[in-house]
Amino acid sequence: MKIEPLKLLGSKPTRHGFGEGLVALGEENENVVVLGADITGSVLTSFFQNRFPERFFSIGIAEQNATTIAVGLALSGKIPFFSSYSAFAAFRNADQMRISVCYNEANVKIGGGHSGITVGPDGATHQSLEEISFLRSLPNMTLIVPCDYHEAKKATIAAGRMTGPVYIRFGRSAVPMFTTEETPFEIGKAQIFREGSDIAIIACGLMVWQALLAAEELEKRKGISARVINLATIKPIDVETVTLAARQCGVIVTAEEHQIFGGMGSAVAEVVVKNCPVPMEFIGIPDRFGESGEPDELLEKLGLTWREIYNGCLTALKRKKSEFSSFRRPTDLTFENKEV
Amino acid sequence: MTFNIDKLKQFANTVRLDMLDMIYKSQTSHFGSALSTVEILTVLYNEILQVFPQNPKSENRDRFFLSKGHACTSLYAVLAEKGFFDKTLLQTYGDDGSLLMSHISSFVPGVEFSTGSLGHALPVALGTAMAGKKKKSDWRVFVLMSDGELDEGSNWEAFLAAPNFKLDNLFVVIDCNKIQAMGETKDIMQLEPLTDKLLAFGWNVERVDGHDFESIHNAFQSLFNKNNARPGIIIADTVKGKGISFMENTLLWHYKSPNQEQYLAAQAELNQI
Repeated sequence: MKIEPLKLLGSKPTRHGFGEGLVALGEENENVVVLGADITGSVLTSFFQNRFPERFFSIGIAEQNATTIAVGLALSGKIPFFSSYSAFAAFRNADQMRISVCYNEANVKIGGGHSGITVGPDGATHQSLEEISFLRSLPNMTLIVPCDYHEAKKATIAAGRMTGPVYIRFGRSAVPMFTTEETPFEIGKAQIFREGSDIAIIACGLMVWQALLAAEELEKRKGISARVINLATIKPIDVETVTLAARQCGVIVTAEEHQIFGGMGSAVAEVVVKNCPVPMEFIGIPDRFGESGEPDELLEKLGLTWREIYNGCLTALKRKKSEFSSFRRPTDLTFENKEV
Repeated sequence: MTFNIDKLKQFANTVRLDMLDMIYKSQTSHFGSALSTVEILTVLYNEILQVFPQNPKSENRDRFFLSKGHACTSLYAVLAEKGFFDKTLLQTYGDDGSLLMSHISSFVPGVEFSTGSLGHALPVALGTAMAGKKKKSDWRVFVLMSDGELDEGSNWEAFLAAPNFKLDNLFVVIDCNKIQAMGETKDIMQLEPLTDKLLAFGWNVERVDGHDFESIHNAFQSLFNKNNARPGIIIADTVKGKGISFMENTLLWHYKSPNQEQYLAAQAELNQI
């Protein structure tokens, strides 16, 4: 398969993709309804609210209620989307999602906004870094982490068209936009964004662009051929693409704006260990809370840039050659090969 | 009165005998919590709810949600008596792989929704009632919940929201049996004055003897006739363990199941009615 090189096309928040996707869904299906928990202007359900006021319900700052009301609407044939910050839309309502949404297989869609550390100055309480590990453990749940604006829009539309619970995780800040309307997207299918055979970098969310930058540098500086995979659907995971990456590249580095424990990297590791064990390195939040700061500063400070991916790749590649050096904890982000 | 009280009494008694068999055979818990619901369910399923045992998912049906999912034996027995499924299924209650699990499950014909975690069914019913309003449907939505369950904050989010959406198609019964898992409700978390609280939230409220068929029936009729765009709630004062004298008003029978001697004594008492 020939892959067109992806170029930076600008920057835009993924929440715009979610908000615009909802309006597009509302146009195509009158059963789509939206529930708001006050902060509609932040998660951009306000686009839908303004376009279809009669299909929007304000529930107040009550995430548990909004989630279970959505279940009731879904039982009666509506396609409800509830959205709030991930800090609340994935945790405050955890019991409701587990039993009323997932156990009852309710056709409820949840949009988790302002996710990750790039929510920025709001600080640690609002920087949700743990929801992937919780959500991917829920039976019947589909979990999508789009990589940019266009993918967020496509994911939202696809979520509305499928039957069953879906959680879409998106962010507040403007992030690199590098896919187009034509880039393929399918729930459950990982996309190879750059071909390569020495190492595979599997990323989700805003770290996909950083993975592409890291691959570029590895090629330029070391002649290393890195495959970059966009694992937008974390559950159900694309077992085939992940396993082939392990088999064909022999070493994997994952990158996500989320805790290392239980996150997307853990999901990849489950597949890899089961099918084709290879050395792995995990780039993510190393078991700590966030802090206040500007999004780009936080990404630098907490080690979520192309540099960590690059150094992680060199460290992992050494182990591919069985050069065992020391015991490293999963959250260890110190690299022997710290070149950049 | 349009209904036959003797017939309802007979129905309730048969339900209790079915429950006794289920609980004794499976040695599972929550007998007391289920016994307090029998008259409420008897009135609902014989006099109030428009349901279709041969076609449980009929679009025109009234939707009934059992929020206190641990009290499932009474609903299973009622559904069996009404013909939603064969009564022999009751004998499988609590068996490995049985449809009839010990918290209510929507895999069972006639059961709208699986519950078990408290404080879920009211807001789910609220969403269902909102959908009913949107569709301009005639069907109504009913919930049976417990008093101990009112400690859960999610219920109060829903109490706040239902009048906000003018859901006069939503009707709730609180099975106020005054005993929860570890003690008396008033000692674990004081709820009273409950009527005042719910009135202040904007509900139509009736408070009745939850074992008196006529009172329950009249309370529903009174709520149906309000026409003031408010949701309705019945606080049903009940007795935990109702119908089996040595189980009444005792905490013990929240979790305990009867031994052979107790089983026979309970059966003899119910058979006298």
